[in-house]
Amino acid sequence: MTEFNTSKKEIGDVNVVYLNGFLDAHTAPVLEDTFSSLVEQNKFKLVVNLKELDYISSAGLGVFMAFIEKMRENKGDIKLTSMNEKVFNIFDLLGFPLLYEIFDNEEDAVKKFSGDN
Amino acid sequence: MSQDFNVNKDRLIVKSSTANLITIRKFINIKAKTFGFSSNEIEDIVLAVDEACTNIIEHSYHSKPNLDIEISVSFTKSNIVIRIIDYGETFETSSFKDLNLELYHKQRRVGGLGVYLMKTLMDDVRYTSVKNKYNQVLLTKKLAH
Repeated sequence: MTEFNTSKKEIGDVNVVYLNGFLDAHTAPVLEDTFSSLVEQNKFKLVVNLKELDYISSAGLGVFMAFIEKMRENKGDIKLTSMNEKVFNIFDLLGFPLLYEIFDNEEDAVKKFSGDN
Repeated sequence: MSQDFNVNKDRLIVKSSTANLITIRKFINIKAKTFGFSSNEIEDIVLAVDEACTNIIEHSYHSKPNLDIEISVSFTKSNIVIRIIDYGETFETSSFKDLNLELYHKQRRVGGLGVYLMKTLMDDVRYTSVKNKYNQVLLTKKLAH
């Protein structure tokens, strides 16, 4: 059963991570592994596309919290994009828009990294 | 997808594996729908129950996957009441009441985020524990229309 999976694409020095399915306490380790493997490869500039994410619980949100500082310490970031309304509402309830850059589309999020240089 | 529970019953007993969270969510979704909640309200209720059960698995049962979680659902006076019982260790939730989100993110106290969500998404969240016997959480949400 594929409750949740991720896929990746490189655009220059930015890695776009696509989330698909249901992100809960059971599937959060899949996202942790994805982020860990990027960190191991010294890839710290991430755009996470949540277009195909149907569900997120605090266990999923915790993964973003666990990695954001690591990325920023290494001149990178985790920028979020394309989330549906219900997923955004959960991010919003927990104050994420104050601490994370959230974009309507992937292209703008990727471009923001080149603007940061 | 096949159902792994009896939809005609108002009670679900599952083992404390995170793999069962999907079953719990399906069960609550079906029950809340029969009581007439809107899809937005159903999503809130489902997430609150997921958070409650995730906390039980992690904090009460310390991620042991083979212990019982009992979930029962009732509907009275326009309220859905979800009662969740476990037989693990009692864990403290009262300190999670007031949440400084920025501090929270800095400290990464993820377990507490679940309690904050439950209290935000439901009308009432009530924990009671009988030491060395059981812990109970009652989640209540009023039907808006």
